[in-house]
Amino acid sequence: MRLTCPLCGERDRREFYYYGAEDYLHRPSEGAPLSEWDSYLHLRDNVAGVVRDLWYHEAGCAQWLVVTRNTVTHEISGVELVAERAK
Amino acid sequence: MPDLIAKSALEGRSLALGGVTLAEVDPGPITSIALYPGGTKTAAKGLRTLGLAMPGPNSFIEKKGARIVWTGREQAFLIGVAPPAIEGAALTDQSDGWAVLALSGVAAVEVLARLVPVDLRLAACPVGTALRTQVNHMNAVILRTGDYGFEILVFRSMARTAWHEIENAMHMVQARAGTKI
Amino acid sequence: MRVDGKGLIDRTKPVRFCFDGRDYAGYKGDTLASALLANDVRLVGRSFKYHRPRGVLTAGSEEPNALVEVVGPSNQTPNVRATVQEVFEGLVAQSQNRLGSLRFDLLAVNDYLSPFLSAGFYYKTFMWPRAFWEGLYEPLIRRAAGLGSLSGRHDEGVYEKAFAFCDVLVIGSGPAGLMAALTAGRAGADVILCEESHALGGRLLSDGGTIGGLPAGDWVAQVVAELEALPNVRIMVRTTVTGAYDHGTYGALERVGLHKPARPNLPRECFWRIVAKHAVLASGALERPVAFENNDRPGIMMASAVRTYLNRYGVVPGRRVTLFANTDQARGVARDLMAAGVTVAAIVDPRPDASSVEDCPVHVGAEVVGSRGRLGLSGIQVRKGSEIIEIETDCLAMSGGWNPTLHLTCHMNGRPRWSEELAAFVPMEGAVPGLVAVGAANGSFSTHGALVTGHAAALKAVEALGRKVSVAVPEAEDMPYRIKALWAVEGTGRAWLDFANDVTTKDVKLAAQEGFRSVEHMKRYTTQGMAPDQGKNSNVAALAVLADATGRGIPETGTTTFRPPYVPVSIAAMGAGGRAEGFAPQRFLTSDQASRDRGAPMIEAGLWYRPSYFPKPGETTWREACDREVRMVRETVGIADVSTLGKIDIQGRDAGRFLDFVYTNTFSTLPVGRVRYGLMLREDGHVLDDGTSARLGENHYLMTTTTAAAGLVMRHLDFVHQAFCADWQVRFISVTEAWAQFAVAGPKARELVLSFLETPVELPFMGVAPVRIGGVDGRLFRISFSGEEGYEIAVPTRYGEALFRDLVARAETMGGGPYGMEALNVLRIEKGFITHAEIHGRVTAHDIGMEKMVSAKKDCIGKAAATRPGMWGPEREQLVGLKTHAPISAGAHLFVPGTEVHRETDQGYVTSVCWSPTVGAWLGLAFLKDGRARHGEKIRLVDHLRGLDVICEVCDPVFHDPEGEKLRA
Ligand SMILES: [Zn+2]
Repeated sequence: MRLTCPLCGERDRREFYYYGAEDYLHRPSEGAPLSEWDSYLHLRDNVAGVVRDLWYHEAGCAQWLVVTRNTVTHEISGVELVAERAK
Repeated sequence: MPDLIAKSALEGRSLALGGVTLAEVDPGPITSIALYPGGTKTAAKGLRTLGLAMPGPNSFIEKKGARIVWTGREQAFLIGVAPPAIEGAALTDQSDGWAVLALSGVAAVEVLARLVPVDLRLAACPVGTALRTQVNHMNAVILRTGDYGFEILVFRSMARTAWHEIENAMHMVQARAGTKI
Repeated sequence: MRVDGKGLIDRTKPVRFCFDGRDYAGYKGDTLASALLANDVRLVGRSFKYHRPRGVLTAGSEEPNALVEVVGPSNQTPNVRATVQEVFEGLVAQSQNRLGSLRFDLLAVNDYLSPFLSAGFYYKTFMWPRAFWEGLYEPLIRRAAGLGSLSGRHDEGVYEKAFAFCDVLVIGSGPAGLMAALTAGRAGADVILCEESHALGGRLLSDGGTIGGLPAGDWVAQVVAELEALPNVRIMVRTTVTGAYDHGTYGALERVGLHKPARPNLPRECFWRIVAKHAVLASGALERPVAFENNDRPGIMMASAVRTYLNRYGVVPGRRVTLFANTDQARGVARDLMAAGVTVAAIVDPRPDASSVEDCPVHVGAEVVGSRGRLGLSGIQVRKGSEIIEIETDCLAMSGGWNPTLHLTCHMNGRPRWSEELAAFVPMEGAVPGLVAVGAANGSFSTHGALVTGHAAALKAVEALGRKVSVAVPEAEDMPYRIKALWAVEGTGRAWLDFANDVTTKDVKLAAQEGFRSVEHMKRYTTQGMAPDQGKNSNVAALAVLADATGRGIPETGTTTFRPPYVPVSIAAMGAGGRAEGFAPQRFLTSDQASRDRGAPMIEAGLWYRPSYFPKPGETTWREACDREVRMVRETVGIADVSTLGKIDIQGRDAGRFLDFVYTNTFSTLPVGRVRYGLMLREDGHVLDDGTSARLGENHYLMTTTTAAAGLVMRHLDFVHQAFCADWQVRFISVTEAWAQFAVAGPKARELVLSFLETPVELPFMGVAPVRIGGVDGRLFRISFSGEEGYEIAVPTRYGEALFRDLVARAETMGGGPYGMEALNVLRIEKGFITHAEIHGRVTAHDIGMEKMVSAKKDCIGKAAATRPGMWGPEREQLVGLKTHAPISAGAHLFVPGTEVHRETDQGYVTSVCWSPTVGAWLGLAFLKDGRARHGEKIRLVDHLRGLDVICEVCDPVFHDPEGEKLRA
């Protein structure tokens, strides 16, 4: 498997650390109800198809990445820097 | 008390095998320059005093013994000179954090092909390339310093492992000599 | 028998080798199989289940029969295919899967028991009685099962791994592969050409013919010369592409030194990871056997293999050869043999309309129905209509047509498609993105078809790369492929499908009869396709027999699939570079040599090597040294290297704000020159790490992490920064490696530290200051992990060794000295300081009694989740101390005395223990339900693993100096 880091370029999967769904980026605001925190921390879809998840270029530039990929075809359609994503 | 004696990670060790040379080199001072948001312009001004600028991703710039190496997003290592005053950036001394190994020779690229999961052949990795990648299981910064030359920065505490890995690969490449790879 | 004037072997270079204890001669360029056949050795192995005599069947890596052990100086490699292993001077090989000699294998008795050993035998037989399983059946099966054996010694061989990259990967160097490589190479593309054998040319080396008016061999030589001269083409021989993976990654196994005597540092094998933008699969096709009664005798071979042995190795495997084949292509085998002066006894062709014009007897519309010859073929029976013809023959060349070698196209879940016209499966187009199958691998069986499709695929790849090239495709043979599918000849005897695993047509029919009608079930029931050849020779035929038995067509019955690797790959090759020191980096402290000089045993702490203890003369156990070191710190002064702790330099106007966000407590209010203990949570409310952070300047902090979690914390900080506050004025970087840091602890610590400073400083407890030591700028912290007055001195790493030696020498003049990890651990347990033994990922701030450290005045990572029900309260296990007078263990569980010991009554568990020379008791840190309310209670500690059952007193976890008077002295 290969991922194209927006900074470092195309690299082997061994350079990356996998974290989980993109949902982790959407942190509830302070004082949000606990149900919202529960959903943020623990509730995930398990999609056969296009997913967006977080990878860390641990052996490279140390940037967190949002990777859009298809769990069925394994096609990767996008990699964005978390730090520079459009909010 | 008497002055403390400085020691490099590998005490300047060197090794030549099959036309490839591996040597620990002293890079001089290493300073991390990490830009704050909005710090691009002021930092550039500081670097201009050395005739340098922040390098683009995967590259380094060299001027009169000073190198500035891309090491990450809005981050670079200034190597070989003491840092000038730089506004808009966090400066951190990294001089003692890294061991620097120089690997040179026609087969150097073949040696690294045993350890590094990135295409290091000249066409894909021209002189002036700086890569953050791995040497086997170790994080490293790899600089393409010449057609047949590389410098490899690894964490100082792992210098002996890095040496061992590269030496091993050198032995294997030498033993295979004559095979086209 | 060797044939004069034939073959590509080097007859000027004779080679001696040994098989089963006998010496033989071959030539450079021979495989073990060709050399054995040249010496008329036909019996080379025994089959897996029935121990039937077996000879060479093929001339390639698909060989199911000729599996041998190669014995090297430090290794013994089983299941080496004699058809792949090249001979070299001094090669030692032996047959396998026999009890006694190869000719008189005692386990051949299994063959007579075959009526009882049918498919599913093991499943049916070894079910009952249950008690027999462990004592009788398992050892029995283990004794008989498995192919080959190992040396039992450590493999000293060298194995290599390597990475390669290219625009176009060409897999196979037959006509299609050569044409593809030539086209892409001439276009200037970066090409890797992999060939499994040691010579390029593929079947052109075996079949001859003409290409573009040249003899095929000359054309091959010409193309190879051109490719070798192209700097953009890398030719890798003896390299099998074993797997296709995501995004253009391919695995390939190179036999680097297996064809040579062992040489120091020369890898035996290299496992390549090749990344290719485009790939051309030109892997050819595999000829398939025909199932007829006793079709497994030595001397019965694939027709194409007979041709390969003749034309490539100058060997004929018999004196009177018979051909049994159902295509026109196979006739070439007989013609080549006759041209070489070998007698062809007959051609048997099942097609009634086939030509009968050859220079030897031809039986059309006929089938081979049986064979004889115990250790080697001596004759066959041919059925033609109602007539049975006996033919004297010692070699039967058989061909049931061809299966495209499409294995790689299945590696990413692609299912092959059945072609009625070819009576074979062909690759699904686009099954592996970027890979195109060409030539015989895609069902184009003529040389012309191979050249044209190889050229076209390369051209497409070249165009996609933005290059242009014009290469003419040379003229070549374009014989139509006319086949009448023949999988199995009708008969009542045993007819083999899977030679290696002894699966016959009967077994497949039995599987169908017993309800295993799906291919996947049939395979598992019969073990068809599970031998080292992984069904290369038998999958399609077994499927056809199953289809027939179940009255369905082949496409309705199922399809065949293949998983990586294409050929067996040794674990040593796949894991090359990961053995011994290559397993993980070793991290060494600057004090490493000084510690070893003092005889300290080093222990691994993560990747670091740290001194366990520093033995003194007369001490015979680690405990004696440890107890002394603990007393030394409590009474005088001790030195420990603590450089392994993670250190992160944090700068910027928002540095304090950032720390407030990642720590539960507040750091923005910390005065410059002071240090504060901080607690870090994961977002789910559990403790991530703890440590101290110092404020070095207005916008400058230095964070300390635990050794264990240094990498984890860095990743966490990167995430929080990049995900939630990338626009803040804060940047940070690890400086763990940049500083050597030493703890100086004990009542005499201050005196020792002051003697080192160029300018004395008086630091308050939890203070930090820049200092000069031995002409070097350093940092002095007043912090303690021992409970005594403690300092940590940091200097740039290059000075670490010198400072450590000086500190230890000075300490010794004061009655102190170095202390190791054992003493460090005792000191911190006595003081109730936690490590990752306690904060193991499932504890909350409340559990460790630090809930007050979660600031109410600000948000922080993990704060919301930490307030959720179930994350705090008396039902949770809380940190307590344990005290007792008998040895106790970490991992033990706690119970109320007098209650039964089982899971439901479990009250908690122990995380750290030590013998405390200070307190004079065994101490433990433990998590106990509602523990803080139970100080003073007696609790029962049980460890079934170590046989411990001890009553302990529950107490406060701080055993030593609970008021902290010594720290603040
Ligand atoms: Zn990157």
